[in-house]
Amino acid sequence: MPSQLVDKYYRTESLPHIWCPGCGNGIVTRAIVKAIDNLGLNQDDVCIVSGIGCSSRASGYLDFNTIHTTHGRALAFATGIKFANPKLHVIVITGDGDCVAIGGNHLIHTARRNIDITTIVFNNNIYGMTGGQYSPTTPTGDRGTTAPYGNIDANFDLCNLAKAAGATYVSRATVFGANMIIKQVENGIKNKGFSFIETITICPTYYGRKNKKGDSVDMITDLKEIAVNKVSYEKLSEEQRKGKIIVGELYKGKRPEYVEEYNRMVESF
Amino acid sequence: MGTLQTLYVVEEWCKGCGICVTFCPKKVLEIKDDKVAIKDLKACIQCGQCELRCPDYAIYLGGQ
Ligand SMILES: Cc1ncc(C[n+]2csc(CCOP(=O)(O)OP(=O)(O)O)c2C)c(N)n1
Ligand code: SF4
Ligand code: SF4
Ligand code: SF4
Repeated sequence: MPSQLVDKYYRTESLPHIWCPGCGNGIVTRAIVKAIDNLGLNQDDVCIVSGIGCSSRASGYLDFNTIHTTHGRALAFATGIKFANPKLHVIVITGDGDCVAIGGNHLIHTARRNIDITTIVFNNNIYGMTGGQYSPTTPTGDRGTTAPYGNIDANFDLCNLAKAAGATYVSRATVFGANMIIKQVENGIKNKGFSFIETITICPTYYGRKNKKGDSVDMITDLKEIAVNKVSYEKLSEEQRKGKIIVGELYKGKRPEYVEEYNRMVESF
Repeated sequence: MGTLQTLYVVEEWCKGCGICVTFCPKKVLEIKDDKVAIKDLKACIQCGQCELRCPDYAIYLGGQ
């Protein structure tokens, strides 16, 4: 018998899920569900939208209004859904490839519009589903199937990107700090505008193996060690900052929300 | 006995990753034959760390 939380919010007939042993996707998905439960939202008032990728398969396991869309386009579908039914809490689940490689343009423009959508990126630093190609978040020097000698590209800082593009809630947490993900998703949903939550998760099968990071336990232990909050990070020397990631709520802003602005315009005629 | 009844394992869903075992602060759990097993239930402080990070929803704290 599953836990009450899983029983209530998952399509338990499709469990166990297809994710590899120790894949972080299950941890992030549960954190999202727990946040929705903590907020007491009605399942029928929530719409989960995902793209394509291992992470994007999460929508199929969840018992809300769900839509598993096309690669990179989850935010475009989500925009349409939010416009058609502004009362829905629209939550997007997307991978780093889905969100910032093929979907990068959708991300910046959805953030620019500050439409009331909460996006949770499952950043595992690689394309998991298609066999470990490097992604825009693969750290420089790290390996992927398509970067056998090491990646020469600079990796994106997703939170900086979302903030610069206009998101009004921006945060980051790791699967080690899953409680932090829960809190951030709650606050992201509560923000009336575009919320961007980057979760640092693990793909032991491809990113882990290609980069000799050990098993899932080793990878989560690493995350525990490299994650620091903003205040602690600022106290570190340049040398100590190497390899660290900043976690926590990184930006909160206030700007007009897109659907409200649109409706205001319509009413003015 | 209260503690005894609150930790549940869904064996069919466990993929034996060992995440719960490593991050349990009280060393309650172990891996046996590629599945999680409860080694020392009396030591469990019901902190929920295992449930929080189990990627497969295979261990959890239930009602009384
Ligand atoms: C238009 C299109 N291009 C490419 C693909 C192949 N494809 C499927 S998933 C994926 C990348 C997945 O990476 P990510 O979004 O990071 O998700 P992950 O699998 O790592 O969770 C790609 C390139 C596709 N399905 N559709
Ligand atoms: S390939 Fe990587 S991301 Fe995909 S399910 Fe396996 S561990 Fe998870
Ligand atoms: S609830 Fe806490 S103490 Fe008990 S088994 Fe889980 S992690 Fe260990
Ligand atoms: S974390 Fe979950 S899947 Fe992994 S060993 Fe523990 S109970 Fe099994």
